Amino acid sequence: MPHLPGGIMLGNKSIVFKLILVISLCSVLIFAVTLGYNYYQSRLILEHELESNARNLAMSLVNRVESKLMSVTKVTEGVARSIETGRYTEKELLSLIRSTVAENPGISGSGVAFEPYAFSRAHRLYAPYYCREREKITFIRLEKSYQYVPYLYWDWYQIPRELGKTEWSEPYFDEGGGNIPMATCSVPFYEEIGGTRHLKGIVGVDIPLDSLTSLISSVKILKTGYAALLSRNGMVLAHPLKHAVMNETFFSIAESRHDSSLREIGKKMVRGESGFILYTSLVGVKSWMYYAPIRSTGWTLAVVFPEAELLENVRQLSLTMVAMGMAGILLLTIAVFFIATSITKPLRSLAEATKVMASGNFDVELPLVRFHDEVGVLTTSFQAMISSLKEYIRNLTETTAAKERIQSELKVATDIQASLLPRLFPAFPDRPEFDIFASMDPAKEVGGDFYDFFFIDANNLCFLIADVADKGVPAALYMMVAKTLLKSEGQRLGEPDQILSCVNNILAADNESCMFATVFCAILDTRSGEVRFANAGHNPPVILDSGGIRYLSLKSGFVLGPILDSVYETERITLQPGETLFLYTDGVTEAKNPEEELYGESRLLQAVKNVSGEEIAAMIHCIRAEVTHYANGAPQSDDITMVAVKYRGVAADA
Amino acid sequence: MLMMTMMRKSSRQRQSLAAFLGILVMLLINSWYTRPVLAGTSLKKASLIPLWSPQSQFAGYYVALDKGIYARHGIDLTILKGGAGHSPAQSLKNGQADFAVLWLTTALHHRFAGTKLVNVSQIIQRSSMMLISRKSSGIRTLEDMKGKKVGLWGEELSIPPRTLFAQRGIKVREIPLSHTVNLFLRGGIDVTSAMWYNEYHVILNAGVDPDQLNAVFLSEQGMKFPEDGLYTLEQTINKDPALVNAFVKASLEGWQYAFAHPDEALDIVIKYMHQAQVPANRIHQKWMLDRMRDLVEPVSGKGSFGTLNRLDYEAVGGAMQREGLIKRFPDYATFTRRNNAGQ
Repeated sequence: MPHLPGGIMLGNKSIVFKLILVISLCSVLIFAVTLGYNYYQSRLILEHELESNARNLAMSLVNRVESKLMSVTKVTEGVARSIETGRYTEKELLSLIRSTVAENPGISGSGVAFEPYAFSRAHRLYAPYYCREREKITFIRLEKSYQYVPYLYWDWYQIPRELGKTEWSEPYFDEGGGNIPMATCSVPFYEEIGGTRHLKGIVGVDIPLDSLTSLISSVKILKTGYAALLSRNGMVLAHPLKHAVMNETFFSIAESRHDSSLREIGKKMVRGESGFILYTSLVGVKSWMYYAPIRSTGWTLAVVFPEAELLENVRQLSLTMVAMGMAGILLLTIAVFFIATSITKPLRSLAEATKVMASGNFDVELPLVRFHDEVGVLTTSFQAMISSLKEYIRNLTETTAAKERIQSELKVATDIQASLLPRLFPAFPDRPEFDIFASMDPAKEVGGDFYDFFFIDANNLCFLIADVADKGVPAALYMMVAKTLLKSEGQRLGEPDQILSCVNNILAADNESCMFATVFCAILDTRSGEVRFANAGHNPPVILDSGGIRYLSLKSGFVLGPILDSVYETERITLQPGETLFLYTDGVTEAKNPEEELYGESRLLQAVKNVSGEEIAAMIHCIRAEVTHYANGAPQSDDITMVAVKYRGVAADA
Repeated sequence: MLMMTMMRKSSRQRQSLAAFLGILVMLLINSWYTRPVLAGTSLKKASLIPLWSPQSQFAGYYVALDKGIYARHGIDLTILKGGAGHSPAQSLKNGQADFAVLWLTTALHHRFAGTKLVNVSQIIQRSSMMLISRKSSGIRTLEDMKGKKVGLWGEELSIPPRTLFAQRGIKVREIPLSHTVNLFLRGGIDVTSAMWYNEYHVILNAGVDPDQLNAVFLSEQGMKFPEDGLYTLEQTINKDPALVNAFVKASLEGWQYAFAHPDEALDIVIKYMHQAQVPANRIHQKWMLDRMRDLVEPVSGKGSFGTLNRLDYEAVGGAMQREGLIKRFPDYATFTRRNNAGQ
């Protein structure tokens, strides 16, 4: 028994191997699909939750920035309205500006810049400015401190002047003013002269950029996520990429990365849209971003969640599930291996046992039937088959022995039957008046045909040919009776018709089996050549005489055996010396070739004609050969018997 | 090792080799090696003032300085701080600077005002100034700008657009421009002046697409106003023509090197920008350098690298004269002193 795994794998590859392969693969597939779906769904749920989380975070940051900006806007607009409505002396104006800075810690500087000659006809430009410098409030005259570009041409002045409305400037480095990165809220103020409003100047209040960006920069999202702030031009104001701050715009980064999609995102941002997108962030990490506008300045606030970190938990869970699944599938594979092996093991034992059986040994021990499963049923069936086979073989052996005994007995019967017929030729070497030759080939071991010839007295030779209906042992036994009767009655009665009548009556008297025989019985007078004959239903013999070679026309007579008191008639012909009488049974004329065609009487007649010149022994041998040739291998169906008698005449000295 | 071998060899046979060594080979040779070339003479001190703070518009000079090209030509050059409050013409006039980068219009203006400026090399061969409007404002042609608010830079920088508007008889509302594009971006003006190599790109990188803009090149409106050129005073040429000659050669060589090695040139420019504490946006400087290549290297066969085209010169002079900005201008030979400069 091959207990080694290798042997099992090779021997049962088609069952164990296939089972393991199919079950394992199916399990892996089902598991993979389930896991994939789980991962996908978890992701969707996470992303869905993320969007609202991101929006909430962004909106809270927007609100905090917005509230700072709004308070500054209110202060600025308040100053502008005050200047518009009240008439301020220079001292009062400076006090107002100073108090704006002093009372608002979020404000780094505040100034009022006048249109040329709008404050006083004596001075073209006038722009007092207070700013907080190291906790001290400093006074600056912007028309003097801006060395190269007059304040009139600075964005914080020019843009609200041209637009005539409150404006927040792009963040800038105020060289000559506050000297820090800042954004300025500028509000134009007017005076009415003769019913028309004339621009009188711009109130500018600065907020240090740091106060906004530090809020944004302090936001930590997951491990490396961040919040970012972009200006209205897309300028990076707060971002973990420090070198980009106040140097790169979202668009310049897009250009340097040849990333047109980034540019499109930037355009949406500066248009004041909000959105939630998956993109490759400026730090090069695939991330989710929610962006929202800060309305008062037109800036954009964005919160960025690195996708990988977001999905970290899902990924961890999935990895654990993969590990568990793999272990499970391994366990399943092992289980399948053992079940498959336990199923195939009795099968293999059975196969081994049947192999021994196939070689003829039926005493093999079949595996024990432990369960009545399919294998158990199969084993039981094999068990039954072995007993049946054994029984059958025993019967067969007995039958064969019996048959062999019968065969040997039949052989003896054949020999006995053969020995009953006169077989020595020339039969009467001392009687030159005639020649006689006969042959019989039984179809089976023992035949129903027979012939006989014997002298009734010194000059009368009785010769006969007979055919018992049926073949085999019954025919042979009947033939024995008939032959014995014919010989004894022939010698007693001496006339063919009397012989046949007498024998018929003897046979018919006790013929329960209704057997019968055809007989042609003739007596040759060796002196005259006269042949007296009577026929009991036998084929007419062929006569070869001066009248030619022909079938002798005779009275057919009734067969011997069935009916009592059948009447037979003796007819006579006289053979001249050299003339021959040829007797045969229907085994000759009814010999068949493979096409089931009978040999027939015409063919026999032709055959006799062909060999008419021969001696009678040669003649019979030739006809026998002719019939065998005609049969062409077809099995002999009936006994073939022929008798030929040639009259030679009485020698002169007789 | 290879460099050492080459240097020793060329040191021995410099006369014969000089003819064969191309610019590339020359550039490999650094400043300390050039000393023996000048056979004992020390480097001559000189100074250059650009139109603005360091940026790719002046890449050629910073590259020539950084790669030791000036030193190899025997000049110990100092590039002075440019930008607001540092007028190149003024610096030239009062002797603070030996050389200055000036627009042709500016130079002609000061020449007429009495400063004997001489063009020693013309770098930018045509006008790179544009008038940009948003397509949404409905301004499509120059004529559409009539009555619109047009942002113009101060002083000489407004000469080309003013001349153009005067020629076409278009009256616009002039709004003085500072150095940002925000006034235009916020809609404070309808049209803004912009340099192709600078403000135009700044506008694009504030999220405005080129197809949202209508950009008119002055050069395409017949205004062939060559811009950046290298200028010095007549007296400087008279005093030391060899220095002027060497300065021009080194400067042009610097430009050629910058165009041949744009990444290295950008590194150098950005280094000087950091030194000057100016925000340095590399992609913007790259754009500027690329545009400078378009502007400096002659596109057609007309004109040649580093040379002021006579016809352009006379066209600019004539236009300024017609507009009453100057009453007269010197002839081409006098203004360029090519005969003396020994080109």
